[in-house]
Amino acid sequence: MTSLAHSPSIPPVSAATTPSPLLQVEALTKRYGSITGCEDVSFELRAGEVLGIVGESGSGKTTLLNAVSGHLEPTSGSVRFDARRHGLVDVYGLSEPDRRRMQREDWGFVHQNPRDGLRMRVSGGANVAEPLMNLGRRHYGEMRQGTISWLARVELDLNRIDHKPRTFSGGMQQRIQIARNLIHQPRLVFMDEPTGGLDVSVQARLLDLLRELVRDLNLAVILVTHDMAVARLMADRLMVMKGGRVVESGLTDQVLDDPQHPYSQLLVSSVLQI
Amino acid sequence: MTIANEPAVTTQAGSPERYYNYAYLDEQTKRMIRRAILKALCIPGYQVPFGSREMPVPYGWGTGGIQLTASIIGPDDVFKCIDQGADDTTNAVSIRRFFATVADVATTENTTEATIIQSRHRIPEHKLTAGQVMIFQVPQPEPLRGLEPREMETRAMHAYEEYGLQYVSLYENISAFGRIAATAGYPVMIDERYLMSPSPIPKFDNPKMNNCPAILLFGAGREKRIYAVPPFTQVRSLDFEDYPFEIQTWEERCALCDAEGSYLDEVVLDDAGQRMFVCSDSHFCGERRAHGHAGVMAGHTLDQIDTDGPEEKAR
Repeated sequence: MTSLAHSPSIPPVSAATTPSPLLQVEALTKRYGSITGCEDVSFELRAGEVLGIVGESGSGKTTLLNAVSGHLEPTSGSVRFDARRHGLVDVYGLSEPDRRRMQREDWGFVHQNPRDGLRMRVSGGANVAEPLMNLGRRHYGEMRQGTISWLARVELDLNRIDHKPRTFSGGMQQRIQIARNLIHQPRLVFMDEPTGGLDVSVQARLLDLLRELVRDLNLAVILVTHDMAVARLMADRLMVMKGGRVVESGLTDQVLDDPQHPYSQLLVSSVLQI
Repeated sequence: MTIANEPAVTTQAGSPERYYNYAYLDEQTKRMIRRAILKALCIPGYQVPFGSREMPVPYGWGTGGIQLTASIIGPDDVFKCIDQGADDTTNAVSIRRFFATVADVATTENTTEATIIQSRHRIPEHKLTAGQVMIFQVPQPEPLRGLEPREMETRAMHAYEEYGLQYVSLYENISAFGRIAATAGYPVMIDERYLMSPSPIPKFDNPKMNNCPAILLFGAGREKRIYAVPPFTQVRSLDFEDYPFEIQTWEERCALCDAEGSYLDEVVLDDAGQRMFVCSDSHFCGERRAHGHAGVMAGHTLDQIDTDGPEEKAR
């Protein structure tokens, strides 16, 4: 890590409980020609841990997320993941079919805009069941049951299971997307501003739901957000990014209550108070 | 100026002039298409890209099928062309005349006599035999296209055998209709490797492709793809464990030839709700009637139309 502003006396969260990390990112750098996307980012993530990445727009959050999630090959550095099928492997060292299969089996990706993460032409129920079919399940009745129980879990009206996503509100679409990304029991879920663009009350309920699911399923989550309140509620640890670099990282409460880096201080102090 | 001394150009079959650019396409094009066909036969179900040419008919009227036929046809061939099972529809008659003109081949409406059968959306009721080639006109070769619009992505899905997405369409069917209601262009797995769209033939015809002794060639002119099912290849229609694949069935029999278990078309007869069911395969139906089979509406005016006679009579 480039600069760990906090004193080393505070151990990383859950380091003692789970010995081996689920995800190891080392010196990850992505450049677009002469423009830096993200530079020299390193971190580890363990099961059940929620890592928040905060920063202003253009700070490299999404580049980092895409590079870690196997969608954008980094310029240098490595991403290693403890896959069910392969053990601890370099994500970009896998062949493309293996990597795609690992992404299907072990990961979920919740997009900011549900239109990016859902198939808008097929019903909500089919959207939720699709990951199961991608994993080779071929029994309609079982998949239907799984879909229904997940829709109930994300508090959606079961009578609307066969409606197209466009007939749902933004918050409901986002809940379909969350169900779709959790039904196949992933171990790591990437979330890119999962509550962005939703009104405050819907956002609060969705965050509540997400927090509950993450705890219940012992998920590891990488959460990109520019909303400090979301970070405070969801994340165990925070990384603050600026200009593609991690300028500060540590426990969420620590970073938000006692920011050390000038940029973190600016970020925390610029949150609107009511 | 007189041209009396110039040698008369002969277009007789067998003469050297005829063999240059025989069957409409130039030799280089036919060679390119034949190479694509060979590759398609080697990788059953795989869509081989090819340089589709402009044809003297619009896209959607069978440009892919015509190019395939033109590339494999020879003067010894007997050519049959059907449109939705019928030999006597405009599209079928035009294409059959086209090849009679440009390739000097014998044409027929008899399925068993034909060596090349070009088809728009049906497989004949008669069992195909070794030595026959079925040619299908394909509007959309990519079975996954309706669900995944990106070509890059669908190619990767074929390469890595990621076919879970196709089941989403079947899932949608069951959740909407309580059964797999898709009837035409029902997706199939070829030799348990490639997912293939069998062109919009009714799913009634899907089982006929399995272990078929004939060669099945598929040509998509606009989409510039050729694919094939070689003889005796496994063709499995997709389904769910609890919703197995089923073909269409009818309570009625053919009103003209009394056939049971053939693919029937519903024909509306008047505004009062009168209708009849007749075989979609016109040769099959005509042959049965010639053998003395008679359905409940035998003798109806539609029965008088000769669908089995020589082509000149039909014109």
